[in-house]
Amino acid sequence: MTGYVLEARDLVQHYKVRRGLFGKVGLVKAVDGISLTLKPRQTLAVVGESGCGKSTLARMLTMIEQPTAGSLAIAGTEVVGADAATLKRLRRDVQMVFQNPYGSLNPRQTIGGALEEPLLVNTDLPAAERRAQAAEMLKRVGLRPEHYGRYPHMFSGGQRQRIAIARALMLRPKVLVLDEPVSALDLSVRAQVLNLLAELQRNFDLAYVFVSHDLSVVKHIADDVMVMYLGRVVERGPSATIFTAPQHPYTRALISATPVADPERRKERIILHGELPSPFNPPRGCTFNPRCPLAMDICRVQRPELEPKKGRDVACYAVTP
Amino acid sequence: MSLLEIRNLCVEFETRGGAFRAVDGVSLDIDPGEIVSIVGESGSGKSVAMLAVMGLLPRTAHVTADVLRFAGRDLMRLPARERRRIVGREIAMIFQEPMSSLNPCFTVGFQIGEVLKTHLGLGRAERRARTIELLGAVGIPDAERRLSAFPHQMSGGMSQRVMIAMAIACNPKLLIADEPTTALDVTIQAQILDLLVKLQQERGMALVLITHDMGVVAETAQRVIVQYAGQQVEKATTRELFRDPHHPYSAALLAALPERATTKVLPSIPGVVPGQYDRPQGCLFAPRCAHAFALCHAKAPPPAGSELSEALCHTPLVGGVPVVPGAAA
Repeated sequence: MTGYVLEARDLVQHYKVRRGLFGKVGLVKAVDGISLTLKPRQTLAVVGESGCGKSTLARMLTMIEQPTAGSLAIAGTEVVGADAATLKRLRRDVQMVFQNPYGSLNPRQTIGGALEEPLLVNTDLPAAERRAQAAEMLKRVGLRPEHYGRYPHMFSGGQRQRIAIARALMLRPKVLVLDEPVSALDLSVRAQVLNLLAELQRNFDLAYVFVSHDLSVVKHIADDVMVMYLGRVVERGPSATIFTAPQHPYTRALISATPVADPERRKERIILHGELPSPFNPPRGCTFNPRCPLAMDICRVQRPELEPKKGRDVACYAVTP
Repeated sequence: MSLLEIRNLCVEFETRGGAFRAVDGVSLDIDPGEIVSIVGESGSGKSVAMLAVMGLLPRTAHVTADVLRFAGRDLMRLPARERRRIVGREIAMIFQEPMSSLNPCFTVGFQIGEVLKTHLGLGRAERRARTIELLGAVGIPDAERRLSAFPHQMSGGMSQRVMIAMAIACNPKLLIADEPTTALDVTIQAQILDLLVKLQQERGMALVLITHDMGVVAETAQRVIVQYAGQQVEKATTRELFRDPHHPYSAALLAALPERATTKVLPSIPGVVPGQYDRPQGCLFAPRCAHAFALCHAKAPPPAGSELSEALCHTPLVGGVPVVPGAAA
């Protein structure tokens, strides 16, 4: 046993997409070779802009989609190529919380019903026991027992996100994949939910995969950070190392572009030109080279591999070891 | 003279449960060429107040104001036809969702040209030349080819640039940007904010930036207005607000930012923003306030003096400690 609750090696997800009615079939490399490991109580943040493949990664980790290639092990059991019974068992260990709590709850289902459904599908607990567990979970996430019979529209955004988290925890998973869990919430409520997540992590020994684009939240909650660009990891390492001394030019631009709530601090802002290139036709060499301020000749020809440099893994020729 | 002058603006919506006051006594002066930010959470009435200025609210909205004046003209008493000449030409607005603000059925060139035709009466060739010029000004590469692009062919950042081009088409004196970067990625957000500030400086426009992102406020605005449940709870310069917030809500909001946190547990604000049916009697923030006492629950506070940023509080904070205004002196 390795002690990892989740271990992914060279995960790849390619989609075949027909461009237009009679167009050619194009290949989108949404995720192109990502490896990661996760221990209990560890929070790994996956950071990147829209289109970088972070949601595709989340879908593979939660077994919503099978990877095109690569391997994924949950608590030591291999997922890729596993039979249906094993998959069903493993799915209980990885649960997901979605970005928009207004869309992720069924408006016609009571909160109690939503919380009991995972138990109904996956266990053969009697009704009374299910109900007791749901009520218990409501309490754990800071809601009251009388909320059991209410419907989602009677709750605010923050409360709904609490419900979504409670639902994800009903089967006592080992890993929680959180896809932008606080970005739809108001500032004053965001802090409440972040505190709750930290508390639940301690209580249930959870490992978090925290997908986000909000770097100030990531800096606060994550132990490790993985920065993605166009389906690949460009930099990965401990949160403190990455935020104090980012090395990859994309990470640097991302951190410097994040507005800082301090008017006294005038920092130099690296403004990247252009936008994310089309995934149908990614640039040759390093995918970041057209926007990179440090691009050299080799960057346009050959893709840099992820290598350990300066206390973290980084995929860039311009970074010296 | 102020460019935009608002005194005691109120907006009420007719709802089945009675009138709902979304904007409650908003007063605001905007000078030419300054950047003012309005911050607040959802439901704080920040967008509605500005939509009222634009005259874009639905019929169910009941707008009242003691003064609502733009460049010396009284917007409340202006006939609709006259008002339409100002809106879109001298005051322009851009919105949060650039993708849904553009009409998917028409090309970008047509939609920008429409503004020029309506307000400036330009001919076809002039419109085309001016549109290309505008697209260039907002940093869209290959502007001539983009004229015939449809909105779905462009990314979010590009769509927002088109919206900005449309807004500045008639050289407005005031641009209201309602969460212009919320739907965009951080690196694109930096580009758009940069563009807005650059245009504002070049053209001497006043810019009202509505946002919920304290980072955006800190980096762009000169003055800030904090709104809560329809009321302005604090008005300060950006530096003053971030150095020493006087209203407990502003203070709590800043303390709840992960980047300002000193401990692993964030100091959060308990409860939620009051809705239509649970508006408290006294101070609207009292149920969530750490410093509230009996008076706060009974009586709505008057705004404090300008030295305390007009904080709407019985005991505004100074250095994080509540004081009774006037008592100390």
